[in-house]
Amino acid sequence: MDKTVNQKAWFLVLPVFAVVAFSAILPLMTVVNYSMQDTFGNNQFFWNGVGWFKELLDPSTDLGGRFLASLGRNLLFSAIILAIEVPLGIVVALSMPREGWTVAVCLVILALPLLIPWNVVGTIWQIFGRPDIGLLGYTLNSLGIDYNYVSNEFDAWATVIVMDVWHWTSLVALLCYAGLKSIPDAYYQAAQIDGASRWAVFKAIQLPKMNRVLLIAVLLRFMDSFMIYTEPFVVTGGGPGNSTTFVSIELVKIALGQFDLGKAAALSLVYNLIILIVCWIFYTVMTNAGTERPEKKGAA
Amino acid sequence: MARIDLVDLAHSYGGNDAPAESFALKPVTMTWRQGGAYALLGPSGCGKTTLLNLISGIVTPSRGKILFDGADITPLSTQKRNIAQVFQFPVIYDTMTVGQNLAFPLQNRGVPKAEVEARVRQIADLLDLTFYLDRKATRLTADAKQKISLGRGLVRSDVAAVLFDEPLTVIDPELKWQLRSKLKALHRELDLTMIYVTHDQTEALTFADTVVVMHDGRVVQSGTPAELFDKPAHTFVGYFIGSPGMNIVPAAVSGHEARVDGHIIGLHRNYGVLPAGAKIEIGVRPEFLHVAAPASGLLSAAIERIDDLGRVRFARVRVGDAKFSARVPPGFSVPDNMVGLVFDPAHVHVYADSRLVEGVA
Repeated sequence: MDKTVNQKAWFLVLPVFAVVAFSAILPLMTVVNYSMQDTFGNNQFFWNGVGWFKELLDPSTDLGGRFLASLGRNLLFSAIILAIEVPLGIVVALSMPREGWTVAVCLVILALPLLIPWNVVGTIWQIFGRPDIGLLGYTLNSLGIDYNYVSNEFDAWATVIVMDVWHWTSLVALLCYAGLKSIPDAYYQAAQIDGASRWAVFKAIQLPKMNRVLLIAVLLRFMDSFMIYTEPFVVTGGGPGNSTTFVSIELVKIALGQFDLGKAAALSLVYNLIILIVCWIFYTVMTNAGTERPEKKGAA
Repeated sequence: MARIDLVDLAHSYGGNDAPAESFALKPVTMTWRQGGAYALLGPSGCGKTTLLNLISGIVTPSRGKILFDGADITPLSTQKRNIAQVFQFPVIYDTMTVGQNLAFPLQNRGVPKAEVEARVRQIADLLDLTFYLDRKATRLTADAKQKISLGRGLVRSDVAAVLFDEPLTVIDPELKWQLRSKLKALHRELDLTMIYVTHDQTEALTFADTVVVMHDGRVVQSGTPAELFDKPAHTFVGYFIGSPGMNIVPAAVSGHEARVDGHIIGLHRNYGVLPAGAKIEIGVRPEFLHVAAPASGLLSAAIERIDDLGRVRFARVRVGDAKFSARVPPGFSVPDNMVGLVFDPAHVHVYADSRLVEGVA
C-alpha cells in the first residue's frame, strides 16, 4: 500500500484544530473541571470527584430529584412534540399544492413562524393566552372553558405544546414537502396503473421515499424540543409550581440562580450525553429501518 | 383483453385551442387488434409516448375518443381502464419484496389470495425472478428491477392491453436481446395485446407484428416490418427504417421514367401526371441499388467513401448534389473515382411531397 505521505496537510488541518480547541474543547474541559468541584464565593474551589454525578442520579437528593423530575417532563414533552409534529407535518406536506403560484404562497406562510425569534414566540403566546387581554385566553374563558396557564398545570402544558407545534411544524412540513417533490412522476403513474389506493400510494411510495428527510426532521425536532428553554421560560416561567420546568430551565436556575457551578456543570454534561445517545439511537434505528428487516411498517 | 379503437384522437399539452400544428398528437384514427403485438416507432418527441399515455389514461385527450371493445372509456381514470403500463425507468416499491411488488396490482384489485400467489409464481417463473421472490427489491440491479416492473405489467391476466414505454432503455445490450425475446415469448404465452414504444427500429421490428411509425405527431405508416421495408408510405419511414436508410433524391418523373441529373432511370409503373408544384422525389433502398464499373447506360457517380459493415459494403456516392448509398457487390473492386449506379426498377418508389405515389402497372 503506497500512500502518498504529505506532511503539508498538517498545515491545513492545524488551524481547524486550533479553532475547534478554543471554541469547543477548552470550554467543554472547563465544564468538566467544574463538574468535579464545589464552588463558594471568592472563587474558592473544593475537589468533589464524582460526587455531583452520584447525586444527579440519586432521586433522594435535592439535585437528583430536581434533575430526574425535569428530565421526565422533558422526555414526555419531546415525545408529545414528535407525536404531533411529525404526522401533522406529513399531512401538511401532502396537502400542499404541487405546482402553480399557490406553492410560493404556501411556502412563505409556512416559513413565517420559523423566522420569528424564540423569545418573541414566547411573548406572543404569553399575551395571546392571557385570560384578561389575550385573544385566545379571553375567547376560551368566554366560551365557558376555564383556561388559565398560570394556575392550571394542564393548561400550561397545553399552551407550551400548542406553541411549539405552531412554531415548528412548518419545519417538518417543509422537509417532507422537499422529500415529496423529489419523487419522480413515474411512481405515481405506476401506482395509478397498479390500482393503488391513496393510502397504498402513501405507504408504498411516499413514506419510504420520505424516509431520509423524516430522519432529519425527527432528529432536529427531538434535539430542539429536548433543549427547549426560551419559550416555556417566557410563557410560564417553569410553572405553575415546577410543572413546566424542563431540564434547561432547571440548569439555568442552578447555574445562575444558585450559582452552583459544580452541580450545573455535572448536569449539563449528563444532559449533553443524553441528547447524543438518543440522537444516535434514532439515527441507527431509522437508517436501518426498511433496509434489513423484510417488513417494516411505517417509519415514524 | 379487448380491441382498442382510437377515433380522431388528438392531444395538445397547450389545450384544445392551441394551433393545429402545435399538437403533440395530431388526429389519428386506428384500430388495435386483440392479442396483437404492436410497436410505436419514431424519434424522440414524435408523440409516441403521448399516444401511449392517452391509451393508459395518464393523459386525457384534447379531442377524440378511445374505445375498448366498442365502449367509450375516454373519461375513465387509469385505475378503471384495465390497462397495464411499464415505464422507461424501473419503478419499484422500496419497502416490499420482489414477490410483494408483483402481487401489488392484484391485491389492490382484491384478487383472492390463492390466485395472487399462483399468478405471481407463474410470472416470476417466466421472468426468471423466482429466486428473488422473498428478497427486498431495492437492492437488485437495474435490469432485475426493470424485470419486476415488467412483471407487474404482465401479472394481471384480465388487462385490455399492456403498454411498454421504452422499457429496455436501462438494460445492458447483452440482456436486451434476452428480454426482448422473452417478451415475445410472453406475448405468445399470455395472449395479451401489447403496445411497445421505442425509438430503436431493431427493437420495434423484432418485437412487433405491426409497426406503427410516427413522425411529428402523426402516424405516417402502420404495417408489418416487411411492408415498412419494401414500401415505405412516407419518405420519413424510408430513411428512419433500414441501415443505412433509403436514398431519397429529387427527380423529375413522368410516365415510366424518372430523371436524375439528366440521366433517365426506368420505373416499373406508370406515374402519368403528378400533382403540379409538389416536391417530387424518388426513393430506393441501398439494398436495391448497386455500384458497377462506369458504363454508358448507367448513372455515373463520384465515390466519397466505402462503409464496410462486415458482411456487406456500402458505397457512399454523389451525383451532383444528390447523395446515394449503394450496395457494393461481393468481389467488386471499387474504382477510385467514378462508378456507375444500377437501379432495381421494381424497388424504385416515387414520392410527392414526401408521400408515396402509387403508380399504375
